[in-house]
Amino acid sequence: MHPLPVLPDGRLEQRFSESKPAYSAAEAVTEANRCLYCVDAPCIKACPTSIDIPNFIHKISTGNTTGAARTILKENILGASCARVCPVEVLCAGACVYNAWGREPIAIGRLQRFATEETLENRTMASLMPAKKPPTGKKIALIGAGPASIAAAGLLALEGHQAVIFERKSIPGGLNSLGIAPYKQSGNQALEEMQWVMGLGDVQLMTEVSVVAGQAGMGEVSAEALLKDFDAVFLGMGLGADSKLKAPGEDGEGVYGAVELIEKIKSDPKMTLEGVKRALVIGGGNTAIDIAHELKLLGVADVAMVYRRGVESMSGYVHELAYARKHGVRLIENRVVAEFERDGGKLLGVKLARAENGKAMTGHEEHVACELVALAIGQATATTIAKGFTGVELDKHGNITVDPKTQRTGNKKVWSGGDCVNGGKEVVNAVQEAKIAVRDMLISLGAK
Amino acid sequence: MADLSIDFCGIKSPNPFWLASAPPANSGPQIMRAFDAGWGGAVWKTLGDPVTNVTSRFWANDYGNMRMMGLNNIELITDRPLEVNLKEMYEVKKRYPKHTIIASLMVETRENWKEIIKRAEDTGADGLELNFGCPHGMCERGMGSAVGQEPKVLEEITRWAMEYAKTPVIIKLTPNTGDINEPGEAAAKGGAPAISLINTVKSLLGVDLDRFVPNPRVGNQSTNGGYCGPAVKPIALFMMSQLAKNPQTKHMAISGIGGISNWRDAAEFISLGATSVQVCTAVMHYGYRIVEDMIEGLSDYLDSKGMKSVNELRGKAIGAYAEWGDLDLNYNLKARINPDSCIGCNLCHVACMDGAHQCILIPGRTHEEHVKAGHTHIPENIPMVPVKAAGAVGRHLPVIDDVECVGCNLCHLVCPVPGTIEMVEVPGTIGHAETWNDRVAQGRDINPGSMESTLKKRGLTS
Ligand SMILES: Cc1cc2nc3c(=O)[nH]c(=O)nc-3n(C[C@H](O)[C@H](O)[C@H](O)COP(=O)(O)OP(=O)(O)OC[C@H]3O[C@@H](n4cnc5c(N)ncnc54)[C@H](O)[C@@H]3O)c2cc1C
Ligand SMILES: Cc1cc2nc3c(=O)[nH]c(=O)nc-3n(C[C@H](O)[C@H](O)[C@H](O)COP(=O)(O)O)c2cc1C
Ligand code: SF4
Ligand code: SF4
Ligand code: SF4
Repeated sequence: MHPLPVLPDGRLEQRFSESKPAYSAAEAVTEANRCLYCVDAPCIKACPTSIDIPNFIHKISTGNTTGAARTILKENILGASCARVCPVEVLCAGACVYNAWGREPIAIGRLQRFATEETLENRTMASLMPAKKPPTGKKIALIGAGPASIAAAGLLALEGHQAVIFERKSIPGGLNSLGIAPYKQSGNQALEEMQWVMGLGDVQLMTEVSVVAGQAGMGEVSAEALLKDFDAVFLGMGLGADSKLKAPGEDGEGVYGAVELIEKIKSDPKMTLEGVKRALVIGGGNTAIDIAHELKLLGVADVAMVYRRGVESMSGYVHELAYARKHGVRLIENRVVAEFERDGGKLLGVKLARAENGKAMTGHEEHVACELVALAIGQATATTIAKGFTGVELDKHGNITVDPKTQRTGNKKVWSGGDCVNGGKEVVNAVQEAKIAVRDMLISLGAK
Repeated sequence: MADLSIDFCGIKSPNPFWLASAPPANSGPQIMRAFDAGWGGAVWKTLGDPVTNVTSRFWANDYGNMRMMGLNNIELITDRPLEVNLKEMYEVKKRYPKHTIIASLMVETRENWKEIIKRAEDTGADGLELNFGCPHGMCERGMGSAVGQEPKVLEEITRWAMEYAKTPVIIKLTPNTGDINEPGEAAAKGGAPAISLINTVKSLLGVDLDRFVPNPRVGNQSTNGGYCGPAVKPIALFMMSQLAKNPQTKHMAISGIGGISNWRDAAEFISLGATSVQVCTAVMHYGYRIVEDMIEGLSDYLDSKGMKSVNELRGKAIGAYAEWGDLDLNYNLKARINPDSCIGCNLCHVACMDGAHQCILIPGRTHEEHVKAGHTHIPENIPMVPVKAAGAVGRHLPVIDDVECVGCNLCHLVCPVPGTIEMVEVPGTIGHAETWNDRVAQGRDINPGSMESTLKKRGLTS
């Protein structure tokens, strides 16, 4: 097995400190002892992968940290990432019974992080999972090396199947390594976890290979070839490029797609914010909040989010927004970008128009100077290649259509999960959908 | 994965975790659910002439955030008809042939014992446990701890049981006795191959200060009950290890009971001589599900110690349980505070000031302030080391004065952040290992309770 790439030093990402640092053993045990060990626990129901939370926390309290990790990984093979990146405030911890009592909910994410990291730093993932089944000789192709495919590949490998992941980028991990806010998780942490999964054996990773719908050129492989050469295919392409405003002056230096910019912050040592004193982020979702918060923490003096409606309509999480605002991110509500102002190529700022109910009003324009704009108004879909797999259908948003009970597409040999199906949720949803897909694949492949 | 199966004086069990004879082992359906959860065995709720129980029955000792640190009950033996229990016992054993079923018994006359032993064994039960421990209700009727506290009676009934029983007999002992060796030795003399201990400790749990009635309340009255749960574990460990060491009793298999809540507790009992362990309160609190962690935790622990079987753990700590007089007087420890995890609460300071040897100083005080605080020895150098923990603003690490520190462990015990105060070994003041018994043997010290010392105190010689 080849070691995965390690991101080079000198990245902006390395300047962040963790918002929820790892617990020491003493901290973890003390917090674990606060958990009530509920029955039919609401926290379990709020976890998309249904981790037996009271059970793993109880195990931490008795010093059985290894057992806690087993309990977590049994339901969520990417439990280490999820521990760091899950929005627990709206998932498990948001459902914790302590909320009903007006008390601080259990820090489930941090406890999960303690159990998985402590254990996986010293033991192989294989030693924590059910014994691997003997080889079946069956091969499954997985498209995209994001959390959906990685989770599916690991689970397939445990069943004795061979998993081959095709990834168009040089760095695997998808948004989990290249998109998560650095104060939650670094790219290398995500890659380390992927290494643990690959350590199960029978997971092969092909980077810089794009799957295409039509004829395959250099560095490409066609959908048709995959259908022919593999016993099953899993589509885990995630979402595509950042959407654009299509406003005048948009193209050129200083204007980035938010996901593109985050990727640079996380992986490109050449990326710098020198000369950027004022930044505008366009959008009101979680990606917008993340990039605004990141720019602020990187020292950009004035960071403002421009949103076309009022704060109450923002789709981003309230807790994330509050946290970003606490660090100084400003909000400009009920405004839309009318045009980007440039001097030659150089970005001077944007012209903002007043908006009512999200629609621009004429005659109320104002100039806001800035050196950087990040567009966080959504991502395109990356599902055009799905058309290469006969029978696979897309819904009107471009998301792949599956039967939610099986994650199977219209093609009998093709399953799918993650952002390309759900339109962009969380890592934990990608894992759960992969789990459901694998369960059904096993039936279909004639699991013993 | 380490082998957890045990052989308890001939009784094979898939693991050492048994339900104690108590409400969690009250009925067949419960015990089957417990076996499904992973319990290796169950000691059925004590059979005898069915009783009538009172309402209410339990009260608990809450301590700080800990609910039910200790549980007290005034429940008696089973209140279900004997036939029903026996029928269910038969059914459970038939369905779970590999699991251990022990019939707990408590009756009065020789004839009663003969009959109930036969009927219990006819169900296919793997063994019998004679309940000589219940400290309330039954002893007034001449049973339970009334027997456990009378070694002669205990020995006699044990003999009867040994005469009638075909399966192994376990004598369950009460802790409500001056010296546990006496009933333990009586059980051995009576020929029993095994003992289990402890049953509950006589207790009165608390008082309802509005009604002036102790709890648990039955109308306008209450009564003393039996105490169990985490609070009694140290008493149980002590008593059990006494018998594990005693040359007259150590051949008997031991089932350890008392406050066992997790794999660590179980491992401790096993390391002090238990072959199986029994659990009541922890299951009453959290349910049968706790056994998953017990099995996994114990197995991982054994693996981490390179032990292939739980039998390798058994008795491993007995050898180190010595008499006070054999302890090394030269062994020396000093407290050390970890600057990385101290949060600056100064609880160690106050504990040492008022409860130990006045040797933890708060830096930044003047000499006069140290004297006023109660220190008698004030070191020259009292470094000001800031507490590193994020959020601890302006706090400084307390300073241990090695000259005064006697290494008692108190600060280590009160510190709220586990692992922050470590006790480290330093050279002893004597310079070589020496015990108090050595000194007495060499005539350099005396045994204060001995005739020799009494005579000396009165200015006489022998
Ligand atoms: C800015 C941002 C912050 C986020 N923060 C969080 C967070 O804090 N917590 C959280 O839980 N979730 C977060 N998410 C969401 C989370 O990252 C995604 O839900 C998750 O990564 C989806 O996993 P996936 O495997 O479906 O897709 P992705 O992670 O997108 O992976 C898809 C992979 O497929 C590759 N690919 C695509 N097409 C092809 C092709 N044709 N051939 C080969 N390879 C291809 C892509 O290069 C990519 O590597 C965030 C998302 C963003 C954008
Ligand atoms: C409510 C209750 C009822 C009990 N009934 C019995 C009994 O019928 N027979 C018996 O031998 N022990 C009985 N016990 C004692 C337990 O079997 C056990 O010895 C004791 O509770 C200590 O274990 P623990 O700390 O795990 O609870 C009872 C204990 C409780 C709490
Ligand atoms: S709801 Fe909260 S207290 Fe209850 S088990 Fe879950 S984390 Fe623990
Ligand atoms: S625990 Fe059950 S039996 Fe006991 S008082 Fe409550 S409801 Fe009644
Ligand atoms: S008790 Fe522990 S945490 Fe508190 S001051 Fe002392 S060493 Fe620090």
